Amino acid sequence: MKTPDLLELAARNLRESILRNSLTTLGIGVGVASLVAMLSLGIGLQQLATRRLERTGLFDTVIVSRRDFGGFGGRARGAAASDNNRVLDEDARREIATLPGVLEAVPDLRMMTQLRLDDKSHRAMVAALPLSARDREAFENIQGSFFSSGNAAEVIVQKHFAEELLGLATSTDETSNSSGPSPALQPLLGKELVMSYAARVAAAGSASKAETAAQTKTQATANSPTPNPDAMLSAFSVVPQIKTLRIVGIISDDPDTLRGMGRARAFIPLDFAQGLQIMLASDLRDGSGLGDRAYTQLSVRVRNSRDIPGVEDAVHKMGFGAFSVIDASRNLQRFFAVLDLFLGIFGSLALAVASLGIINTLVMAILERRREIGILKALGASDSDVKKLFFAEAGAMGIVGGVVGVSLGWMIGKIINAGTNIYMHRQNMPSETFWSVPWWLVLGALGFSLVVSLISGLYPAARAAKLDPVKALRYE
Amino acid sequence: MTESSPTESGAIRTVDACRHHTMGTSLIRAVDGISFSAQGGEFIALLGSSGSGKSSLLNLIAGLDRPTSGTVRVDGRNLAELSSEELARYRRNSVGIVFQAFNLVPGMTVAENVELPLRLAETERSERAGRVREALDRVGLSQRLTHRPGELSGGEQQRVALARALVNSPRILLADEPTGNLDSHTGLEIMERIRDCNQRLGMTVLLVTHERALAERYAQRLLFLADGKLVTDQPNPPRVENREGK
Repeated sequence: MKTPDLLELAARNLRESILRNSLTTLGIGVGVASLVAMLSLGIGLQQLATRRLERTGLFDTVIVSRRDFGGFGGRARGAAASDNNRVLDEDARREIATLPGVLEAVPDLRMMTQLRLDDKSHRAMVAALPLSARDREAFENIQGSFFSSGNAAEVIVQKHFAEELLGLATSTDETSNSSGPSPALQPLLGKELVMSYAARVAAAGSASKAETAAQTKTQATANSPTPNPDAMLSAFSVVPQIKTLRIVGIISDDPDTLRGMGRARAFIPLDFAQGLQIMLASDLRDGSGLGDRAYTQLSVRVRNSRDIPGVEDAVHKMGFGAFSVIDASRNLQRFFAVLDLFLGIFGSLALAVASLGIINTLVMAILERRREIGILKALGASDSDVKKLFFAEAGAMGIVGGVVGVSLGWMIGKIINAGTNIYMHRQNMPSETFWSVPWWLVLGALGFSLVVSLISGLYPAARAAKLDPVKALRYE
Repeated sequence: MTESSPTESGAIRTVDACRHHTMGTSLIRAVDGISFSAQGGEFIALLGSSGSGKSSLLNLIAGLDRPTSGTVRVDGRNLAELSSEELARYRRNSVGIVFQAFNLVPGMTVAENVELPLRLAETERSERAGRVREALDRVGLSQRLTHRPGELSGGEQQRVALARALVNSPRILLADEPTGNLDSHTGLEIMERIRDCNQRLGMTVLLVTHERALAERYAQRLLFLADGKLVTDQPNPPRVENREGK
């Protein structure tokens, strides 16, 4: 029998006992809905966690440093060969930036400065940020705005520092630190902050008094235990500089969560910072000239956390130390895989019960339609025709049940998500998406529903096909 | 595939055909060594009391059942050797069956019932409507296409069943007590249609009946069965009709 005829007959048979078949189909629908609901919760939670973690910059960043710089395990991972102490200069940065999977490699520029608002002076660590940092979690609830351009003389300040600038009582309790904007800090936006910092300029004769003073300051920034006497002899001078910055934004978190030490309290655009010729710790150690600046560290952002191991290897081969928290990310993925598996198993239970419903319905249909099967066979239907007919009926119930189930599961997800967000709003927390129904889950659920239905149809179909037409026609 | 092949003439030949089955501990010999042959285009009546094995023999020839021993050959093919798929194809294309209980599918209309063998034979859709109408025309029911079997009289239902048996143009028509559920007048009407198939279409007709008068009136040969065995095989010249006609 041709497929269209088969489907037509199957549809006709399903319509014959519409109530029973609808109930069976609804059963499958509920089963699929429970599966979809469970899995979409798992997937949604995983996506939520991954999204939040990715926005911390933890899982897509490799910190590159010189091997002999003991900052982040560079020495532990690096080879013992000390002759391979390559300088982390602009050439190296460009080379790293072109590695496969690398989005950008930005130098880590930070310095200790004096920041003056009106007449009061404050000491603060200032860090440079690339424009791509805009997407990080820390800037999600920024009060004010992000930098207008990479070269803007603008500054974003950390909330506690903002409070200090305004002379407000600092909220010491970190956990009560809500991310919402604070009206008390609003007047700060648009004000000008005068930054004094140490800049390196081309050497001009012997060190002056001012330079010595700046040198001392730089040592503090570098946190090096002993001043390097060679620095005095190198081909540049360190001079104090002053820049006026406009405060454009206030944030509550440090966007650079990888660096606990020396947390920055104010942030300036990276391009702007590079134009400042900031005196860096590495300048002192390497004694390099002005032409080839060396960086202490690079933050390398990769496209996907999967790219991290490859980038790390490549960086090691280049002779630098690399550090990432990829292992933590792997554990997270493993956890969610297990969670999804369990949710899937629980979700499937309802579908298993529904598949019993299909078997029951079809076995009942065989009893009811015994005579009809006999007629079909007498008219020349083969065993496989009869089998296919029952399969088609089981499959149709599976597909319709799958569609009903996916829609139902999707609605359940929407409702629970909305309900949870109402609760979150009451708790003064921002809304989140816990629920995700990706297209592959929709297709997978439909396919699974069809497969389960066909498997359920196996026994009834085989039984119907084996029916002896002589006996079936004698049956009253 | 939908037409019977030109080599088919509807010749039937059974040699020592047996159909035994066990019921509990006892062996039932429904068909017990029957040998007979029918030429293509013959009209043969199988007569006998109930339980004599005439329906069982018909089922063997219909390909609904297989002999436990012996052979059943139709147009030279041994049905016992066919696979179940081939046997289904044989039922589809080579034989048409009419039952005492009509055996129409109650949920289908008249046209759908008649179309069913065409669906099974994978006849092109465009061709089907014409074939259905043609078959129903032959039994005089082309006005009742959209009726359900339940809306028809017994005689009409049997005519639909006859149209269904004819729609694939088989060479053999097997009728198992076709008038058993009908009053004598409608019974005769059905028998006329069956004879029409025999005479105009040249179909081999095997009629199972326990009404000797009916058999004598229409059949060319009478086979008497008892206890699964062939008792008498006698020719029945057409003079019968002249004597009993109106």
